Amino acid sequence: MKKLVSLPDYCLACGMCAIYCSAAHAGSELDVVKAFKQGPPPPALVVEKSEMTAQAAVCRHCEVPYCLAGCIAGAISKDPQTGVVTCDQGKCVGCWTCVAACPYGAITVRSWKGERARAYKCDLCRGISEVPMCVKHCPNEALLWQEIEGEGQYEKNRRAF
Amino acid sequence: MDSSGIVSSLALMRDRSNGLGGGFAAYGIYPEYADYYALHVFYDSEEARRKGEYRLRRYFNIVWEEEMPTRRRRGVKRSPLIWRYFGTPRDEDLEDWDPQEAAVEAVMEINSSGEGIYVFSSGKNMGAFKGVGFPEEIAEFYRLDDYKGYIWTGHGRFPTNTPGWWGGAHPFCLLEWSVVHNGELSSYGTNRAYLEMFGYVCSLQTDTEVIAYIFDLLMRRHRLSLRHTVQALCPPFWEQAALMAPEEREAVAAIRIVYSAALLNGPFSIAVATSQGILGLNDRIKLRPMTAAEQGELLAVASEEAAVRVLCPEPERIWQPAGGEPVLGLVKGAESLWP
Amino acid sequence: MALSLLQPEFVVERDEERCIGCRICEGQCANGVHVWSEEDQKIKTDSSNCVNCHRCVAMCPTRAIKVSASSLRFRTNFNWSDRAIYEIYQQAETGQVLLTGMGNDREYPVYWDRLLLNACQVTNPSIDPLREPMEVKMFIGSKPDRLVFEDGRLKTSLPPQLELELPVMFSAMSLGSISLNVHRALARAAASEGTFYNTGEGGLHPELRKYGQHTIVQVASGRFGVDVDYLATGAAIEIKIGQGAKPGIGGHLPGAKVSRQISETRMIPEGTDAISPAPHHDIYSIEDLKQLVYSLKEATRYQKPVGVKIAAVHNVAAIASGIARAGADFIVIDGYRGGTGAAPLRIRDNVGIPIEFALASVDRRLRAEGIRHRLSLIAAGSIRNSADVVKAIALGADAVYIGTAALIAVGCHMCQKCYTGKCNWGIATQDPWLVKRVNPEVAYRRLVNLLRAWKHEIKEMLGGMGINSLDSLRSNRLMLRAINLSDREREILGVLAAGE
Repeated sequence: MKKLVSLPDYCLACGMCAIYCSAAHAGSELDVVKAFKQGPPPPALVVEKSEMTAQAAVCRHCEVPYCLAGCIAGAISKDPQTGVVTCDQGKCVGCWTCVAACPYGAITVRSWKGERARAYKCDLCRGISEVPMCVKHCPNEALLWQEIEGEGQYEKNRRAF
Repeated sequence: MDSSGIVSSLALMRDRSNGLGGGFAAYGIYPEYADYYALHVFYDSEEARRKGEYRLRRYFNIVWEEEMPTRRRRGVKRSPLIWRYFGTPRDEDLEDWDPQEAAVEAVMEINSSGEGIYVFSSGKNMGAFKGVGFPEEIAEFYRLDDYKGYIWTGHGRFPTNTPGWWGGAHPFCLLEWSVVHNGELSSYGTNRAYLEMFGYVCSLQTDTEVIAYIFDLLMRRHRLSLRHTVQALCPPFWEQAALMAPEEREAVAAIRIVYSAALLNGPFSIAVATSQGILGLNDRIKLRPMTAAEQGELLAVASEEAAVRVLCPEPERIWQPAGGEPVLGLVKGAESLWP
Repeated sequence: MALSLLQPEFVVERDEERCIGCRICEGQCANGVHVWSEEDQKIKTDSSNCVNCHRCVAMCPTRAIKVSASSLRFRTNFNWSDRAIYEIYQQAETGQVLLTGMGNDREYPVYWDRLLLNACQVTNPSIDPLREPMEVKMFIGSKPDRLVFEDGRLKTSLPPQLELELPVMFSAMSLGSISLNVHRALARAAASEGTFYNTGEGGLHPELRKYGQHTIVQVASGRFGVDVDYLATGAAIEIKIGQGAKPGIGGHLPGAKVSRQISETRMIPEGTDAISPAPHHDIYSIEDLKQLVYSLKEATRYQKPVGVKIAAVHNVAAIASGIARAGADFIVIDGYRGGTGAAPLRIRDNVGIPIEFALASVDRRLRAEGIRHRLSLIAAGSIRNSADVVKAIALGADAVYIGTAALIAVGCHMCQKCYTGKCNWGIATQDPWLVKRVNPEVAYRRLVNLLRAWKHEIKEMLGGMGINSLDSLRSNRLMLRAINLSDREREILGVLAAGE
């Protein structure tokens, strides 16, 4: 399955990935101004920066997702065909369990347009774009979309703990 | 053979020229002076002739000299003074004396003197006859019907890049080399810059000149075989070389690297002659025509099949060589184009 | 403190309608031009330190930023230009030598643009590179006078040669003046396209040893990083005597750019200025150079070409002749427009001569002396496009080096602030946050694209001239005509005037 890979060596923490994730999910990839003036939804990935390094914390769409296991409302599911893990915001109650469970810090819970807080999670831009928006617009190609067989290295490492 | 064959062969190709140049080279025409260098010289004026003969005598011991026998011909106008001399190079007593080197040096110096003197033929028992006019007119002008030779080359010119003047007609000669050329050398500037490093002066304002000098440099001075010389002038493409056996590939690459400036680029069909034989050659992507034919003991090479058939009406073999593939005819007893 | 008289050179304007307050510009400007104000909840702009590098303009997702030259001008004065006046203010305030980066930007004539190429028509068919073979391979190295064959077998052994798939190589740019990421891209692109890159005087990073077969290692006056392994790894060795941007002085790497990595590769203390001496202190004459050339050949068992790089100065032809006789296998002539990471402004703008003249006169001098084939000539110092390459070869070069052009391909915007170490494009810096901005994968692709595009254009121009091998273009001045050049200039170049 093709998954997102984030490269800290080339991440500039510029935030372009988050901007386009938001704009695209607001239905407006081509007109970022329009998307932002009307207040776009929060992005589904988190750009982390420290003194030493930077990286976009991207969802790994794990084989065995912890977020799915922790979701008390059954809002998170994994598509058996595509493998994409998505959150049905209609069912989400904003309990933050998935945030705490995700070892990668790839989910956020935010309130948008005054509504109750919900989880915002990467859906690999299914239904929006063939190539995920963050990958397409990263100015330094620090985000890749690559075929990862079975468990990725991160998951293997995780299991080792 | 007399000149009738080659003259009628060229007359047939009249449409290929525009009358601004025609010429012939013939071998074996001076049997009484066979051991002397036959120098054919153009002079712009009488004064040029006086200065020229002074120079000639500095370099050569002249045993016979005379004005070139010619006959007046309407199509051939404003000829320069044309003389011929028979002699041997001087300074025999110098260490490492090589008469051929001495002769080449002399010709280069005289031709670059800027005094209106051009030695246009300088080989033993051979000579060039050329000027501004159609080849058949030039043949009549020089009374070529008086000569008999065992090799004849001829050319009609349609000058393009360089002016039509007497010295610019083909063939271009040096020692026993003579070259006639159908085409245009895109590599002229490069070839010329290379030759000038080795003492050859290109003073005849025509690209073909470099071909004669390149053959002289590679085959006479550097003693390269004809095969290697052709590989320098028409190298196989790198993609072809990649398919060769390692030893051959290495040799071809070395030739290409060392003799890169001798590569002849641009369309050409050339006939090169020496006292030993003739060579016909096309550029490596065959942008000019050439047909060769054999009949009995005669080899004929020309730009057109019709011209070849004048000389070989019932050829045993007639063919068009591929680009870069030489046609070689050697006289009996000769082993290579340059002895 | 007294008033500073320096005014911002550039003005940065923001279209508030388009600005979405994403703060990318703030993160991307190393000069602090854009700052988020919590109080006003918007980005504020201070143009004073803007260097016109266009990073913010390129990175802004809504193209909300515009940078233009300041319209504040002095009274019109063709003698005292605005620039001349500001340079004096700067020196009056700092007391320092004015530094700059990249190549001479003054309004001297560009001679490449005064040379025109030929095309064949009617009398000679032009050749179509898409349908016929068009060979642009070139060999760098010393060639013997002739070849000797015995019984049909080659007896002469050729001196070592570099085989190039196209006549363009990457010029010397030291690790230190530019980042390791850029070197990674240059090395990889050189290897994949069959050409070479040059380490410059900063030594060779161990990670790049694997590209040794496509690396020319430089031995400069500071001898940074030079040891036996360094020499053994490279495919050829280049002794740097001079550089077109600053003839007569040595390399200069400001302390701000000497990071730990640089200090290790160059073997000097971190944070100190790395100033290479002006001459090599063991080369005070031509015979000393000959000694060094042969020492390097001995050290590498005569298996690699050893060449010399000089700046184009007044007696460049005589110097080149001397170098040829000192045993060099190639000479690099770097013209006055050549780039640099740091140089005193006055030296960059006033010292040296154009590569076009230097190249033409060196080629002719070596030919007049009958020794042109003993070494290869490489031209450098502002080759901007494939037409410049073709013209350089017609004037006598075997190949060219590109430096500035390669960096522009990677993203350089010619702001000339390389010496500050704050290159916003991540090229001429060692700051890890800035260095990241060059992803070697992306830079490699851009360099490969540039080389391939130029190779194709060169083939098209050759075909137009009726030539199917680059060998027949070298020193073929008949393929050039001059336009807008004086008779004397044409004579020196050896080129006829257009119409002749």
